[in-house]
Amino acid sequence: MKKSIGRSSFILLCVAPAVILFTVFMILPTINVFRMSLFQRGAYSPGETFVGFDNFIYLINDAQFIRSMQNTILLIVVVTLITFCTALVFAAILTRENVKGQNFFRIVFYIPNILSIVVISGIFSAIYKPENGMLNSIIGLFTNMSNPILWKGEKLVMVSIIIAMVWQAVGYYLVMYMASMSSIPESLYESASLEGASRFTQFFQITIPLIWTNIRTTLTFFIISTINMAFLFVKSMTSGGPNGASEVALGYMYSQKDAGLFGYSMAIGVMIFLFSFALSALVNKVTKRDVLEY
Amino acid sequence: MISKERTSSSGKLYKIFIYFVLILMALSILIPVAWVFMASIKQNVEFYGNPWRLPASFYLENFRAAWTTAKMGEYMLNSVYVTTLAITILLVVALPASYVLARFKFRGAKFLNTAFMAGLFINVNYIVVPIFLMLKDGDQFLKKTFGSFFLMNNLTVLAVVYAATALPFTIYLISSYFVTIPKDFEEAAYIDGAGYGRTMIQIIFPMAKPSIITVVLFNFLSFWNEYIISMTLMSSAKGPKTLPVGLLNLMQAQQSAANYGPMYAGLVLVMLPTLILYVCVQKNLTKGMTVGGLKG
Repeated sequence: MKKSIGRSSFILLCVAPAVILFTVFMILPTINVFRMSLFQRGAYSPGETFVGFDNFIYLINDAQFIRSMQNTILLIVVVTLITFCTALVFAAILTRENVKGQNFFRIVFYIPNILSIVVISGIFSAIYKPENGMLNSIIGLFTNMSNPILWKGEKLVMVSIIIAMVWQAVGYYLVMYMASMSSIPESLYESASLEGASRFTQFFQITIPLIWTNIRTTLTFFIISTINMAFLFVKSMTSGGPNGASEVALGYMYSQKDAGLFGYSMAIGVMIFLFSFALSALVNKVTKRDVLEY
Repeated sequence: MISKERTSSSGKLYKIFIYFVLILMALSILIPVAWVFMASIKQNVEFYGNPWRLPASFYLENFRAAWTTAKMGEYMLNSVYVTTLAITILLVVALPASYVLARFKFRGAKFLNTAFMAGLFINVNYIVVPIFLMLKDGDQFLKKTFGSFFLMNNLTVLAVVYAATALPFTIYLISSYFVTIPKDFEEAAYIDGAGYGRTMIQIIFPMAKPSIITVVLFNFLSFWNEYIISMTLMSSAKGPKTLPVGLLNLMQAQQSAANYGPMYAGLVLVMLPTLILYVCVQKNLTKGMTVGGLKG
């Protein structure tokens, strides 16, 4: 039986569709983000005019942009810190201690991760509802509230978003840390406890150093995914309101697209991209340690 | 072994504390989800009383209202169509590509591998605006030359965009598995006279079943739950919508109308398929995640 098609045409046939789709819907748009940031283009005037770095110069004086960046940075720092510590501690407990129902807890903690962000924002609107909401009715049991707490009001809206984001993210990182912790050999802990090392010493001297590579990777994930998740959460929970109090960087980019300022919107995208890239590089450099092996 | 030695009272107290915290955390996830399920069968008057009271009856009218009046039924069909089509396109395109990229040496192979790896770091939230403009310009061009347009507000185009943006992750995950298969399988097939195509489809693809399942699960969840691309490319008020976008509109409408029942029914309709899937395959999912842990 003769081979029906030659080697090079087989290769071409297999790779071409993927390359075409990838180029049209990912590479070209990415190039376009950078290119369009140097142009002015409106929704109703189809032409493009080259404006150089005008968009960026306008951007650094845009108070709303600065506010959205501040909110983004706040979310990156606070959400990362809380999620990281919680996930790490609970992963250590679930792998190290003989907890009954370990599997059950792992399954439950991962549930928020499979829900759509729209569903989560719906769930949290039930939690944060001022009258008869879940949270206010629990607080009402302990203190007599004259006025209901406005969780989505200007003062507390960022706190509310932080809680929702942590609620969603913990399970994902918990499973990640559990996987790498369970590959640490038991013998290390046995000899450590023979020498009288407490749980806490073991956690800081054995567990953390041995999963350090994994921790570093997840820190980069935290930066990239918090920027994206913040947008998905804010867009569906508050649309940046009230009065722009919860606007985040990507959300501001999207709102400028809605306003028809496409070039300006892309300049914001470029700024966020550069920011996330620089921050990831910085974190990567600061957390560099010699890799320990076991 | 170690824990058996600890029988002191402080050890017991510690254990109780651990269980207390674990259960508290589990409840903080389970109660809100259960709350939505309960609220979805409550009548509207029940939302003004004690919110912790169990529903008085199975008030299924909410689901009927969500399904027909709020068009969630139609959106559900749209979502099923988009998700199925996107996963099919993705597998048809990504499987042969990952196989060739992992197993064949040819000019440009290294470049393509690097390019797809770099694609892992392109997030759709950044490129959604250029994609939107590209399709809009395309439509304008089509209208000028052919008099009709179809790129925007089109579920099939949405499925193609979904499949394309999932390519880097899928190719990365599947080809990292193909690399580990020994060459002997293909050589034996070639000696038996099978061509490249037959070897790939009949010998190699069946072996990759576990990674294919992982890919299908992850992409099902991300396509089913996605709402930013869908909202942007389906912006026409009368055009078709997918389930999460329909839910978002429903949520905004019901909040102001203070008619909560259908909103909660809508929430249940969106999350029930993912929850059922999760209960069936949670082992595959959490295991697969540690393999392809790159998906943020």
